[in-house]
Amino acid sequence: MRTRTRTTGAIALAATAALALSACSSGGESGGGESGDDSITIGIKYDQPGLGFMEGDTPSGFDVDVATYVAEKLGYSADQIEWKEAPSAQRETLLSTNQVDMIFATYSITDERRESVSFAGPYFVAGQDLLVAADNTDITGPEDLEGKNLCSVTGSTSAQRIKDDYAAGVNLLEQPGYAECVTALVAGSVDAVTTDDIILAALGAQPANQGKVKVVGNPFSEEKYGVGLPPESDQCETVNEALQAMIDDGSWEASIQKHTEGTGYTPSADNPPTFDPCQ
Amino acid sequence: MTPQQTVLFDASGPRARRLTLIGSLVGAVVALGVVFLLLRAVQAKGQLDPTLWLHAVDANAWTNYYLIGLQRTLEAAGLSIVGALAFGLVFGLGRLAQSRLVRWLAGAVVEFFRAVPVLLMMIFFWLLLATADVDNSSFWGVVLGLVLYNGSVVAELVRSGVHGLPQGQREGALSVGLTRGQSLRSVELPQALVAMLPALVSQLVVVLKDSALGAIISYPELLQSARRLGAGQGNMLQTLAVAAVMFILINWALTRLAEYLSHSLRRTSGRVGIEGAGLETGAGLGTGVTVAAADLPVPGDEGRQPGRGR
Amino acid sequence: MEDYLTIVREYDVLGAFWVNIQLAFWAAILSLVLGSALALFRISPVPTLRWLATAYVTVFRNTPLTIIMVFITLGVWGQLGVTLSTDFATNFFRLAVVALSVYHAAFVCEAIRSGVNTVPLGQAEAARAIGLPFLASARLVILPQAFRGSIAPLGNVMIALIKNTTVAAAASVATETSSVMKTMIEFHSSHIFAIFFTFAIGYVILVTPVGLLTTALSRRLAVRR
Repeated sequence: MRTRTRTTGAIALAATAALALSACSSGGESGGGESGDDSITIGIKYDQPGLGFMEGDTPSGFDVDVATYVAEKLGYSADQIEWKEAPSAQRETLLSTNQVDMIFATYSITDERRESVSFAGPYFVAGQDLLVAADNTDITGPEDLEGKNLCSVTGSTSAQRIKDDYAAGVNLLEQPGYAECVTALVAGSVDAVTTDDIILAALGAQPANQGKVKVVGNPFSEEKYGVGLPPESDQCETVNEALQAMIDDGSWEASIQKHTEGTGYTPSADNPPTFDPCQ
Repeated sequence: MTPQQTVLFDASGPRARRLTLIGSLVGAVVALGVVFLLLRAVQAKGQLDPTLWLHAVDANAWTNYYLIGLQRTLEAAGLSIVGALAFGLVFGLGRLAQSRLVRWLAGAVVEFFRAVPVLLMMIFFWLLLATADVDNSSFWGVVLGLVLYNGSVVAELVRSGVHGLPQGQREGALSVGLTRGQSLRSVELPQALVAMLPALVSQLVVVLKDSALGAIISYPELLQSARRLGAGQGNMLQTLAVAAVMFILINWALTRLAEYLSHSLRRTSGRVGIEGAGLETGAGLGTGVTVAAADLPVPGDEGRQPGRGR
Repeated sequence: MEDYLTIVREYDVLGAFWVNIQLAFWAAILSLVLGSALALFRISPVPTLRWLATAYVTVFRNTPLTIIMVFITLGVWGQLGVTLSTDFATNFFRLAVVALSVYHAAFVCEAIRSGVNTVPLGQAEAARAIGLPFLASARLVILPQAFRGSIAPLGNVMIALIKNTTVAAAASVATETSSVMKTMIEFHSSHIFAIFFTFAIGYVILVTPVGLLTTALSRRLAVRR
């Protein structure tokens, strides 16, 4: 019967290992959700250099600066913030299920989104624009893209808008992230990259891209970046006051400057923005 | 080199050796030339800039990206292989059950999950769990996709492993008074599991590689971490190259381990080893290749007769 | 049910499968050619060729296909400027075919080599004894038997290839099944189960005949020993 114990043993071992593994992974992943009084969970992008970017466990970027400022006004110091990744497709879910308390993740305010979540702000007005090589002079707007190669992330609204409204004959390359697009742009394989201007400027400000690319500066849409809040939140007014304070004391502008330095980028005339009424 | 190969041709004489040498040298020169041209083309695009490469391998890259990503890859792969083993045991035994209904059901489940692309399963579970309010849906998407597919492969391994045992094993067990089920659990399965070991390790290579599909559903594993590092430093190609080398080294080591296991098992248990288990033909749709690789002769295994046991 | 059918009609599901079938077809041909050449290298008398083929198989068998796809778009096309068609979309389709072929050729090589190992040593010895040189004994004696022995593993490679065409999404081929399925689910999440099973069963229908066919073929052609 030695073999029998051996099998049972092996199966038991496998089962225990499975339990242990799942236990430790779920253990590591919890701690989002219900924040007590001593911490606040904020959703940001982790892969958007200059806006929301996570290096090990140190976040950086304009969205992060604004989030940290607002959290401080709400009574949370920087080390009381728990950061959580908020990919575009999951932002509504994260808010409506209370897995995060706020989202600062290049989150455009739209009527459609207002049906499922609340917004404070906007804290920035961006516009969809183009990033081109620094020495490019023949692309000054989306209508110049006829027959040119354009790169964007998979499923981007910006690229779709160019195809529909400005240049039906554009060649569209879809990549998983904007950084891939910039790599192809610097190499000269694509002529332009499209998304919101501040995202493009922040990409251009990365040390490796300095001086190689520029933002065209002819935005063809208006994207109001709001602070995403859970549907029934009562914090809209408080957050707006904090945003106003940040704009008034100059740290809002300083943060934009810092993250787009060296690209000659200036935010559109709608900035600093006027807040939408809280609902 | 296997004896097969040595027997296919004579040991080269001096003239053939000289020709081979000259041919190889010419080939090497041509290859070097091509590599040089490629490097120059890449250099012209500025991709050989030392700072780009330094930033892809400095301390920050390792501690903040690769190691974190590798840990997540290993977490997903480890949980998946254990889950796949459990799934495979249940459904493999299901396919060996005495009840025709159970056999048929287990067979249908296994065939279904072997035919569906892993990426489709990952996307499905990722989006399903995200709408069902599950934390870290991308992690569970990766794990469930890998468990169901690789579990089905393991189920086939279990079945063919048991089928591959000599008849005498079961006959012996039955004749000492064990029931059919007891014989399966205490006599046949343990031997089949041991024989499966190399194939399981090979399957781990498949799991590790497929876990990189997690990048497509935004699970921050090794490939995704490398991509993120590249996004911040503007050296995407360099960081992906580092990630590729890490994958190759880990998987190469695992493949060698599988070969070693298969070699030593073949020595200790003779025919009941991997060949007897019929792993090559029972290797399961989909990845059979990798499994079959475990059945290939180990380099330097001079004594082995090719095709023995068939 | 009604609105589910509207969704299926709204998206070109059959067209998406057709893209994957075409990817698989071309990649199958290319990878069989490349893989057979590699297998011949691996059993050839020239050590350099053996080494070359071994290195190729080690590298490509152990690299995730996703990385190969990204490299071929960002590296080969993006940096080196290699284009395989003047039409933008066709270019990426062909690049994806190349990536699939390069990856699966390593497995084709291994499958054929495992077939070579099913040929008994005596066959090779006999071929040599009647004075056949390497290429003749490979062509006339070893490979015909080896090919029969490698049908089953080759079938497995082809099945893996069909399923792996979904990874072409990583090479900007956005009209193939996994991308279409993802978009459909994102916009119609209430039908997630129906959508998934539509695609899953599509693959079962595609893959099962290949499995049955190769199993039947390998049984029929098996060399009796």
